[in-house]
Amino acid sequence: MNKRSLVSIEDYTKEEILEVLQAASEFEKNPNQRLLEGKVVASLFFEPSTRTRLSFETAINRLGGRIVGFSDSSSSSVTKGETLKDTIKMVDNYCDLIVMRHPIEGAARYASEVAAAPVVNAGDGANQHPSQTMLDLYSIYKTQGTLENLNIFMVGDLKYGRTVHSLLQAMSHFHPTFHFIAPKELQMPEGYKLHLKELNIPYYEHTELNEVINEADILYMTRVQRERFADPLEYEKVKNVYILKNAMLSGTRENMRILHPLPRVNEIDVDVDENPKAYYFEQARNGVFARQAIICKALGIK
Amino acid sequence: MAKKELQVSAIENGTVIDHIPADKLFDVINVLGIAEMENAMTFGTNLKSSKLGTKAIIKIWDKFLEDDEVNKLALVAPSAKINIIRDYDVVEKKTVNVPERVEGIVKCMNPKCITNHEYVRTKFDVVNTRPIVLKCHYCEKLTDEKHLEII
Repeated sequence: MNKRSLVSIEDYTKEEILEVLQAASEFEKNPNQRLLEGKVVASLFFEPSTRTRLSFETAINRLGGRIVGFSDSSSSSVTKGETLKDTIKMVDNYCDLIVMRHPIEGAARYASEVAAAPVVNAGDGANQHPSQTMLDLYSIYKTQGTLENLNIFMVGDLKYGRTVHSLLQAMSHFHPTFHFIAPKELQMPEGYKLHLKELNIPYYEHTELNEVINEADILYMTRVQRERFADPLEYEKVKNVYILKNAMLSGTRENMRILHPLPRVNEIDVDVDENPKAYYFEQARNGVFARQAIICKALGIK
Repeated sequence: MAKKELQVSAIENGTVIDHIPADKLFDVINVLGIAEMENAMTFGTNLKSSKLGTKAIIKIWDKFLEDDEVNKLALVAPSAKINIIRDYDVVEKKTVNVPERVEGIVKCMNPKCITNHEYVRTKFDVVNTRPIVLKCHYCEKLTDEKHLEII
């Protein structure tokens, strides 16, 4: 595997995370830099993800790079039965960098072993989505001025949500205190809690979204999805328990910010949108700068 | 030393794998790739064992298992004892140690893992040894001893 690929957030050391965040803030000040002049980036979306694809392609365009690729696998040779290996081998001949999204877990790691060009994982099934994690970290860093010693509250689907798992892994470098608010069916998996215990990182579990959030520096909201519940009755019971409303924010800290990987459904009431503590739309904007930094690091530019 | 009656005859030179749980004999054969070897060998199974109740035993003529081969046994038969025989005498006893990495032996239990969709040799880091827990190099999911399946 080439070392410059970014497949999992764990591929970055603490120092590399800070280096990429620094680069992201430089890109925010000056987004249009023709650092990818003459470079071709393959954007391979084996499953559609409009939000992530547009963010990556915006980042590449602002850096002056060219893009080849496809936005869902029905327009690629996958429909003819080509293996992932063969697709990657072929594309690797044409480009300097591969950005890929794939529904199968581990596909990006495998591609990074097959390709000579570095691979940036834009999501592999329920496994990893490291550029999302980097934009979450950048949003936290920007709004709090630091990543150290923060109270991070995670709300909603903590069992299947890959964004919360990767964020937990990445934040573990920075002495956080975690609070997990989830229905018992969707609690943080044991493996991650064990990981925190080993690192002596404190965490607290709650089943209700209430005044506990007054201690939060970051409130990371996620969607509770109907299809996660075997029993539809269980979903009906919890679906309205984790809705954040503007009135609930009155006792929260001044510096507190609400993050959400989007798309949201109803878990953040629209009346929160106007509150200055709502940060989810700017968070999405930060994604472009974080991805510019990730791409440049993968290509060894800057 | 007075010899007891052996349930399986002795060998002159080679390897004896003893104390295999009887129901793990075929897993051991798979893991070690014994089926492909051309050496003479004998298998015994459902033999009486004071430790295991019933056990299996494998004797391979003129084959001396290396440490990394021995360590593969940790996944399926950690209780196994390996004796290296030269001129009818045990010249070395090897113990089974769980390796740090496991490649190409175990199936990832995650049905959505790339290794279960395309021809990719499996790779795992051993994250716990007792009981064995493996972390897939590709999908990063854990496969535990209960779900451990030999390819």
